[in-house]
Amino acid sequence: MADKATLPLLTAVPKTEGGSPWLTKLRRTAVENAERTGLPGVRTEAWKFTNLNALKALEPVAATGTAEIARLPAFADLQAVELHLSNGTLTHADAMPEGVDLVGLAEPDDAPDWVSETLGTVAETAPHPFTAINTGAFTGGIALRIRKGAAVETPILLLVDTRSLEGAGTVAAHPRILVVVEDGAMADLVEVHTGGGAYVNNAVTELVIGKDARLGHYKLQAESGEAFHIAMTAARCAANSTYDNFALSTGATLSRNEIRATLAGRHIEYRINGGYLACGDQHMDTATFIDHAEPDCASHELYKGVLADRAHGVFQGKILVRPDAQKTDGYQMNRALLLSREAEINSKPELEIYADDVKCSHGATVGELEDDQLFYLMARGIPEERARAILVSAYVDEAVDHIQREPIRDAFRAAAAEWMQKNIAGAPAEGGL
Amino acid sequence: MALLEIENLHAEVDGKPILKGIDLSIEAGQVHAIMGPNGSGKSTLSYVLAGREGYEVTEGSIRLDGHDLLEMEADERAVAGVFLAMQYPVELPGVTGMTFLREAVNARRKAVGEEEIDAMGFLKMVRAKAKTLGVTDDMLKRAVNVGFSGGEKKRNEILQMAVLEPKFCILDETDSGLDIDALKVVSEGVNALRTPERSMLVITHYQRLLNHIEPDVIHVLAHGRIQKSGGKELALELEQNGYADFVEAAA
Repeated sequence: MADKATLPLLTAVPKTEGGSPWLTKLRRTAVENAERTGLPGVRTEAWKFTNLNALKALEPVAATGTAEIARLPAFADLQAVELHLSNGTLTHADAMPEGVDLVGLAEPDDAPDWVSETLGTVAETAPHPFTAINTGAFTGGIALRIRKGAAVETPILLLVDTRSLEGAGTVAAHPRILVVVEDGAMADLVEVHTGGGAYVNNAVTELVIGKDARLGHYKLQAESGEAFHIAMTAARCAANSTYDNFALSTGATLSRNEIRATLAGRHIEYRINGGYLACGDQHMDTATFIDHAEPDCASHELYKGVLADRAHGVFQGKILVRPDAQKTDGYQMNRALLLSREAEINSKPELEIYADDVKCSHGATVGELEDDQLFYLMARGIPEERARAILVSAYVDEAVDHIQREPIRDAFRAAAAEWMQKNIAGAPAEGGL
Repeated sequence: MALLEIENLHAEVDGKPILKGIDLSIEAGQVHAIMGPNGSGKSTLSYVLAGREGYEVTEGSIRLDGHDLLEMEADERAVAGVFLAMQYPVELPGVTGMTFLREAVNARRKAVGEEEIDAMGFLKMVRAKAKTLGVTDDMLKRAVNVGFSGGEKKRNEILQMAVLEPKFCILDETDSGLDIDALKVVSEGVNALRTPERSMLVITHYQRLLNHIEPDVIHVLAHGRIQKSGGKELALELEQNGYADFVEAAA
């Protein structure tokens, strides 16, 4: 049973009266759902490894004011068009490439049909209280449409930054992101989440991927060390589409990255890979859900974690194969590397299969660095500290290498290398491997 | 003074004595072979020389060029000139062959206070050496030993030896897992590295390898001790009679 606490995160009083009928209804339902469920407690199955007491103890205020956002060094060389969301508000937008429509979500009442017809249709609020709170309380964000058949070469780089300004206390932001990729269109979206001080970033990214479309969606969670990052990515994919998802988490004191995808057509290729790098007392929770609703789809999932010091990692991955989803090809693997005796991982891979002609495998491994690999490097003259760092880097790169767009892959490799340099003694310089 | 001096070496693994008093002296430029039955301590000797953790020396000494190897960690020994070509080369997923070699060379240069190696010059040098050993560019770009055949792994070991230019090489069962053609390539690679300054210790179960890499001295190791030493004729003798004499003699 969920903890029926009040909802300290519901910072803005949602407009559940007066606005456009579609939005009023959406907000009202969301708030009702949030209030009914309350924030998850330790007995909520989907959250059982993540204790939210520290988050519940906060009394955040709505994030107000905006700040300039700069790219992280790892992304400095990435050719991209930029969008900035500072404390949930769209503060900067480059001119979008041809075939891309951008709508800010500060005044969603006036949003065009393609927004009102899709917003809230993929990210469900009934079972997900944080998504419900975001839906009820979002005060800004972006909606992007990639028009039918458009092949957008330049990646869209979305910088999401949250911070308390002028002593506003602990703030909570609820950025909302909607991406509609119409039939046959192709694009790459990169989300980078950063911030300063203590705050809550409760983000929802909703994706509608059309027939024969391709979306690359890459996310770096590099929040401040005192931040709480709670994020939902919800995607619905149509037939013959490709969705290449990658998430790397390095920041926040507590983070939960949930990624849910419904494969709602045949011959969809879904790639969902990622990594989590944690040290100190960080808690990082990754939850993924893959809904194979139709036949002939493939999903590939590899997550790799590095946990140092007293860090705590959580990986919950579920693959559901519905009765119609014959010939499903599903692979899921979570590998965690523990660099200290006090580091901890909870891994819960889960398969639920109702079709009888499928190929599905899943697994989880937990380990330390291999002695024989370490000896091999040292026997060639490489000092132990450096040898360890090389092995950790290589371990992480194996996951990052699943990113299909090369310039974006390079940026994420650099982001991982930056984390290594800060947190792992002897780490090779960026691009050293 | 000999390049390598082993005196009264005793070593144990998990508290179990394996080496029980080895005396061995190898002059610069010499190739010695150690032959012996399974379980005689051959691989233990190679790991003890290279400084692997878990192999505890309880008595005796090992000196390379007069320096006490037992005072050094594995990486320091490598920098001092020890090279162990592994019986089972380890896979390093995510670490390319080129990176591995560059890291190794730069670690050595850093230890002696030299600048990092020039990347282009290094690439050319490695490619040239790789070519003579049949190590392709593709193998250098791939992760070390991952998906390599037995022969490819061993050639890769010899390539590392050629690039790192050690003073003292230990070849641990380099012939294992090799067909006759691969054995030839690997042996030619090793022979090309024989110089008047460099010594080698070839560890093998079979005489076959010694037809290709001809040693100056052969030692028979059994029960953790060198039971007999001699010239090439000793290998032929073993080929005919097996190790039975030594196993029983010491039992």
